[in-house]
Amino acid sequence: MTAEPPIVVVGAGPAGVSAARTLVDAGHRPILVDEGMFPGGQVFRRPPSPLQQSDKKLYGFDARRARRLHDNFSALLPSIIYHAETMVWAVEPGLLHLARGDKAICQPWKRLILATGAMDRIVPTKGWTAPGVVTLGAAQIALKAQASIIGKSVIFLGSGPLLYLVAYQYARAGARVVAVLEAGRPFRRFSDLPAIASGGATFAGGVFYIAWLKAHGVPIKTGIEPLEILHGSDGRTSGLRYRRKGQGRETILSCDALAIGYGLKSETQLADLLGVDFHFDPQQRQWLPTTDLDGRSCVDGVYLAGDGVSVRGNQIAAIAGELAALALLSDMDGSEAPQAGALRREIRRARRFRKALDSVFAFPTDQLKTLPDEALICRCEGLTAGAVRQVVELSGESDINRVKAFSRLGMGRCQGRVCGPAAAELIAAAASTDILHVGRLRGQAPLKPIALATLAGGRDDGI
Amino acid sequence: MTVFDLAIIGGGLAGCSTALHARKKGASVILLERGRCGGQASGVNYGGVRQQGRHPAELPLATRSRGIWGRLHALVGCDCEFVATGHLKLARNDRDMVDLVAHQAVAADHGIAIELLDGADLRRRFPYIGDRFYGASLCADDGQANPRLAAPAFARAARQLGADVREECPVERAVPSPLGFEIYVTGQDTPIRAHRLVNTAGAWGANVARWFGDSVHEDVMAPNMCVTEPIAPLIGPNLGICGGGIYIRQASGHGSVIFGSGVGIADRDALRARPLAAVTMDAAKAAIDMVPALANVLVVRSWTGIEGRMPDNLPVVGPSPTIANLYHAFGFSGHGFQLGPAVGAVLAELAIDGRSPTCLAGLSMTRFAGVPDPVATTLPPANCSQHKEEGE
Repeated sequence: MTAEPPIVVVGAGPAGVSAARTLVDAGHRPILVDEGMFPGGQVFRRPPSPLQQSDKKLYGFDARRARRLHDNFSALLPSIIYHAETMVWAVEPGLLHLARGDKAICQPWKRLILATGAMDRIVPTKGWTAPGVVTLGAAQIALKAQASIIGKSVIFLGSGPLLYLVAYQYARAGARVVAVLEAGRPFRRFSDLPAIASGGATFAGGVFYIAWLKAHGVPIKTGIEPLEILHGSDGRTSGLRYRRKGQGRETILSCDALAIGYGLKSETQLADLLGVDFHFDPQQRQWLPTTDLDGRSCVDGVYLAGDGVSVRGNQIAAIAGELAALALLSDMDGSEAPQAGALRREIRRARRFRKALDSVFAFPTDQLKTLPDEALICRCEGLTAGAVRQVVELSGESDINRVKAFSRLGMGRCQGRVCGPAAAELIAAAASTDILHVGRLRGQAPLKPIALATLAGGRDDGI
Repeated sequence: MTVFDLAIIGGGLAGCSTALHARKKGASVILLERGRCGGQASGVNYGGVRQQGRHPAELPLATRSRGIWGRLHALVGCDCEFVATGHLKLARNDRDMVDLVAHQAVAADHGIAIELLDGADLRRRFPYIGDRFYGASLCADDGQANPRLAAPAFARAARQLGADVREECPVERAVPSPLGFEIYVTGQDTPIRAHRLVNTAGAWGANVARWFGDSVHEDVMAPNMCVTEPIAPLIGPNLGICGGGIYIRQASGHGSVIFGSGVGIADRDALRARPLAAVTMDAAKAAIDMVPALANVLVVRSWTGIEGRMPDNLPVVGPSPTIANLYHAFGFSGHGFQLGPAVGAVLAELAIDGRSPTCLAGLSMTRFAGVPDPVATTLPPANCSQHKEEGE
C-alpha cells in the first residue's frame, strides 16, 4: 500500500475532507492529519459523544452540509490514513513534523494539500484581555464541542457575518444576548446590495439571523466604536463602554462575557515555511499565499485549499478542496478532470459575494489609529499600543520584523497569530505609511508552542 | 569631492562599533550596510557574552570587549540588556575537568577569574543542573545581552556622532585608488571614496577580501536556536558544556529560556537560513539532560542566521597582508557577538592610529597562507597577556 509516495492532506475541515475524498475516488490512499478531535474543522466541529446534540441545533442552516461532511468522512475512513488530534509543528521539503499527545512524529510527504483554515481576527480594545472576553470562534467551540456557553449575558462585538450567527446560536442556547455591536455599517451603501444578495443561501441565512435577533428583542447597533471593556473588582469583564462613530455620547452596557471577532484570518504558517509566495490582499488586509485558481502554489507538490488560502467560507472551501486534489492528480498523470471547469466557475462566482462582504464588513483600521496608548496590543509580551508607537517613532522603522526585533512584538506564545494583523495596522498608522511597507511576520517552527519533552521524546518515522 | 577617512563595509556589531570608535577619534566615517544594521548574525545570535572557554588567540579581544559591555550605557546610551549572569561550563567526566583546570590557568594570564567546582559544589550551588555532570567551572564576570538591540544601538550612537551610516546600500565592488579606495554601490555611478577601508562583512567577508586579492576560505554555519515561553527565574549563569554541543541561558528579566545546539541550513547567496526540526529535537533532548526542569516548558520559536566560519573556528582580524590601509574582521565562527565591541575599537585604532594595544596574534589571515603574521611581528605575543583595558 505504501509503495506509492505519500500524499498528505493537512486539515479535516470542509476543504481537507473534500480533497481527501477526491483523492480516494481516484484510487489513492491519502494521509489526513488534523488537530481536531473529530473531523469537521472549526465550522463543523463536533462534541464528544456524551455531549452529542442534533445537527440542527449545532449548525442551524448548515446542518445538511455538516451531515454530508460527517457522512462523507465516515465512508472515507476505511480508505484513508487518518490522524486526529495531531499537530503539524514544522514542515521541511519532503518531511512533515507532527506531534500527537507527547510524541513527535516524522511523516514523509511527496505531495501536500494544505487545508489549514482560518482563525479569529482580533482588533484590541482597551481591557480586551480581561477574563470573560473570548473570540467568536472560542464562543462557538464552547457551544459546539463543550455544550456550554461563555456567560449568561453576553455582548457580541466586532464585525462580519459570524457575529450574527454566533449571537443567534447563543440566544438559542439560552444566553441573554445583551447586544450585537457591529463596527461596520453594513447595508448602508445600496450599491453593495446586489453583490451581497448574490450570496444566495448564505445571504438569506444572514438576513434570517438578523431578523430573528431583532424579533427577539436583541439590540443590533452598527457603526460602533468600542472604547473600553470594563471589569469588576475580581478582574472579570463586567461591561463595555462604547459610542456610535462620530458621536460624543458614550453608552455603557453590562455583561458577564463578551465575544469579539472582526472576521477571520487565514492560517498560513505552513505555506510560509514551505516557501510559497505571498501577496497582500487589500480586501482582506492580509498577506496570503499565492496560488492559481486550482490551488497550485509555486512550490512543486504543494497545493492549498479552503480558508487557509483566502477566507471564503465552508461552501467554497469544499469546492476548493476538490479542485486542489484534481490539480494534484492532473500534475501526477496529466489528466484533466471533466468537472474542474464547473468547479472553477463556482469559485469565480463566489468571489463577487466575498468581495462585497469584505467591503461591507471592512477591517476597522480607524479603531487602531485611535486605540489608546495604554491598550495592550501584544498580550503575550504585555506590549501596549503606546510602546509600539514609541518604537516606531524612536527607531524610524516601519517594517514589522524590525519593530518586532526592538519591542518583542509577536515574539510570545502566539507568535503574532493573534496580534499580527492589528499590529500591522497600528504600525502603518504610527509611521504614516502604507500597510504594504509594513510587511509580514514570518512563520517559524514550532507553529504552535510545543513542550521540550515532546520534541525530545520518542520519535517515530512515519505514522 | 568627498573623501572619507574611513569606509566600513558591513553593519554588523563589529562594523557599527568600528564606526562609533573611529568617529570618537575624529575621523570622518561612512558605513555601508546592504540590509539593516544588525540584521544578520549580529542580530539573531544566541546573545552570550562569554570569555570563558575561548581560544587564547581571542582572549585579548574578549577581555577588552567585556570591559566595553560593562559600560555600554555610557557608550551607546542603552545597556542592550547586558547582565553579568556568569557562565558555567559543565564537565562530563574527569578528562573534561582536566581541560577546565588547564583553561583556568590560561584565562588567569589574561586576568579572567574562573572558579572550579567539583560535583558536590555543582549540585549544592546549582541544584537545577542534571545530575550526570562531573564538575564545572564558573566565570562570574561573563554574561548575556540582547543581540537584536546591540548593533542598532552602536549604529545609532555612531550616527549621532556624525558617522554616515547608510542602510539598504549594497556594495558591488571596491578597488584601491591613488587616494585609498573607491567603493561602488548598487545603483550609483559615482564611487564612494575613502582613505582607509574596513571589511566587516561577516559571512560575506571573504568575498570582499577577494576583491583585493586577499584569498581565504570562509565557510558558513547556521546555529540552530530555540526560545521558550517565559518562566520564573530558574537558571542563573549561562550554561555550556565541554566539547561544545548544547548551550542554554535564561533571558534575564524577560524569563524566556534560549537554547541551541547543532546547525540548520544556510544559503549565503540567497541570504536565507532555516533551522532544522531534527536538530531542534536533539537540542531539546540535550537541554533537558542539562536542566531537567525544562521538560514541560513550551518552545515557542526556533531560528537561525548566517554566520561566517573559518577552517580553524577563529575569526580573521587584522590588516590586509597585501593592501595598505585595508583591514579585515570577518568569519567570527560563532564568536562575534561578545567580541564585536572590542573588534570595532581595535579596528578604529589600527585604521586611524596605525596601531592597537590589543594583541591580535593568531588572528591574521596570513595564518592560512603560511606567511608571517604582520601583527605578531610588530607586537610579540609576550605583550599580549600584559595588556590592560584602557578607558574608551
